[in-house]
Amino acid sequence: MLADKDRIFTNLYGFQSWNLAAAKKRGDWADTKALMAVGQDAIIDAIKASGLRGRGGAGFPTGMKWSFMPKEPAPGRPSFLVINADESEPGSCKDREIIRHDPHKLIEGALLAGYAMRARAAYIYIRGEYIAEAKVLQAAIDEAYDKGLIGKNASKSGYDFDVFLHRGAGAYICGEETAMLESLEGKPGRPRLKPPFPAGVGLYGCPTTVNNVESIAVVPTILRRGAAWFAGIGRPKNEGTKLFQISGHVNKPCVVEEAMGIPFRELIEKHCGGIRGGWDNLLAVIPGGSSVPLVPANEIIDAPMDFDGLRDLKSGLGTAAVIVMDKSTDIVRAISRISYFYKHESCGQCTPCREGTGWMWRVMERLAEGNAEPHEIDLLLEVTTEVEGHTICALGDAAAWPIQGLIRHFRPEIERRIAAKRAPMREAAE
Amino acid sequence: MTAGSYSSTGEAKDARFEPSAFKDFAWTPENVKEVETILGRYPPGRQHSAIIPLLHLAQYQMGAQTGHAWLPGPVIEFVAKQLDMPPMRALEVATFYTMFNLKPVGRFHVQVCGTTPCMLRGAEDIMAACKARGLKKGAITEDGLFTLSEVECMGTCANAPMVQINDDNYEDLTAETMTAILDALARGETPKPGSQTGRQASCPEGGPTSLTEVAA
Repeated sequence: MLADKDRIFTNLYGFQSWNLAAAKKRGDWADTKALMAVGQDAIIDAIKASGLRGRGGAGFPTGMKWSFMPKEPAPGRPSFLVINADESEPGSCKDREIIRHDPHKLIEGALLAGYAMRARAAYIYIRGEYIAEAKVLQAAIDEAYDKGLIGKNASKSGYDFDVFLHRGAGAYICGEETAMLESLEGKPGRPRLKPPFPAGVGLYGCPTTVNNVESIAVVPTILRRGAAWFAGIGRPKNEGTKLFQISGHVNKPCVVEEAMGIPFRELIEKHCGGIRGGWDNLLAVIPGGSSVPLVPANEIIDAPMDFDGLRDLKSGLGTAAVIVMDKSTDIVRAISRISYFYKHESCGQCTPCREGTGWMWRVMERLAEGNAEPHEIDLLLEVTTEVEGHTICALGDAAAWPIQGLIRHFRPEIERRIAAKRAPMREAAE
Repeated sequence: MTAGSYSSTGEAKDARFEPSAFKDFAWTPENVKEVETILGRYPPGRQHSAIIPLLHLAQYQMGAQTGHAWLPGPVIEFVAKQLDMPPMRALEVATFYTMFNLKPVGRFHVQVCGTTPCMLRGAEDIMAACKARGLKKGAITEDGLFTLSEVECMGTCANAPMVQINDDNYEDLTAETMTAILDALARGETPKPGSQTGRQASCPEGGPTSLTEVAA
């Protein structure tokens, strides 16, 4: 188990105040100027050496992403950092805890990351439903401006850097980085075709990097304690600490910071009071938020919870939103509800997604009732592959994968329902 | 009622919600200042970026002034004009994002999260409790107090099931606590937001398993 001294988010639960005075006692904003004085490339190198991979789901190396930004922004074409606080992936609720209880970690991280990538300003795009959270974050930003930590000559570094908060208004798709940029520009959140990538043409046509809240909020601590410290936690290529969010059928659902690669069993035993009804009652787990395929109980129990460990199980770490389902779960309905979510959140731009998500959901609803023909299971599987990989953004993939995971692991259950539904009809006919 | 008192969708018309009643919508003095603050966040010439924040502000003002937080056509046009944006572009934004209410809602907009993590923890019981209390999806109760909606994941999964009512989250709900919250709101009280079991944020029930010194 991760030791408390190695935890970054020491006010995760809000036992202390979020405000600047309390944050400084926790070590935030301690000589930020000195952290910047090592130079922009040295900061990027440190983040590369730390092994930090993006915490928003895709797991792309954060330092490498920053290095794609222009070293010398052209006149009239400033660079921007956009921080993705549009936390909307079902199961995910970690950025919320950072924002409402440790907002200064995020703001200091914004300055350090923005400085390293030569950005002029950061826009923090927070989902509209985080109303109380947005109020706290804006108050924390105001505090930081008042004390000269950000703004002109930020933290007396000689570097000018602004941090702005921008609220969304209820659209999962705006968590996709180019949809987020569209939304920030005042348009519906419809993902852009790539290339060009945001590092070349992003917000207002200027070079832009989009990073998740957690990726940015861990940066100050990594720079203070050194890349080697962060890289020393977890497994190779899966380094560092991570906020896990455990929901569903555990005795004590919670958010907790743990070492990457912690075995599933240990995570649940140490922090969640075990599985509801005991380990024999575990049915399946969605380990990384709604868009990753489920993993059946026997495969996940001793699996390491990190990017590669879960990829090996044909699933993924995603945002480390761990949705636990015990044997009381109607597994087909649980996944069908996810299909409904994607149908609801499709932006409608690409036909395979717009039409496919609705079609897949309707078939899933029938499969949940057994009201289908046996061959429709394969037809559904076939359609998921027609949606997957055929859309501008990954929402189509995210809609396809949970269904593929269900059929991979619970096909007999779907077949059983269809057979049970047909049996009385056969009897009646005879 | 004559045929003329029905809208094209067959719903009975209600004089309180005639869009033309809001053709003189204007910001309150406080919101005039707030609009300036918001516009200051975006580069010159990029004021269209403020469309979502200003629609939020307008919907809030409607709630405060009329008891119904929604965006009738003339209000959307007012915001569009302020940003020098074609009204249709503003309408496109207003219709794309689910938080903008294009139809009136009750004084309390009861938004029950129905997505899988909440469903696994009993969201359907929460929805049933709301319906048993007389709330209806997409309709305002007779007393003007409540509108019920089922919404998608609200990002509060470790405290499921949950409901967001106007600006406040109520978490770790049961059918009983949900009903008690609705009763309290109807009595004009302000129930305490957050976890209804009394636990601290998303800390494990019964006390933290980490950071125990901080919590002490």
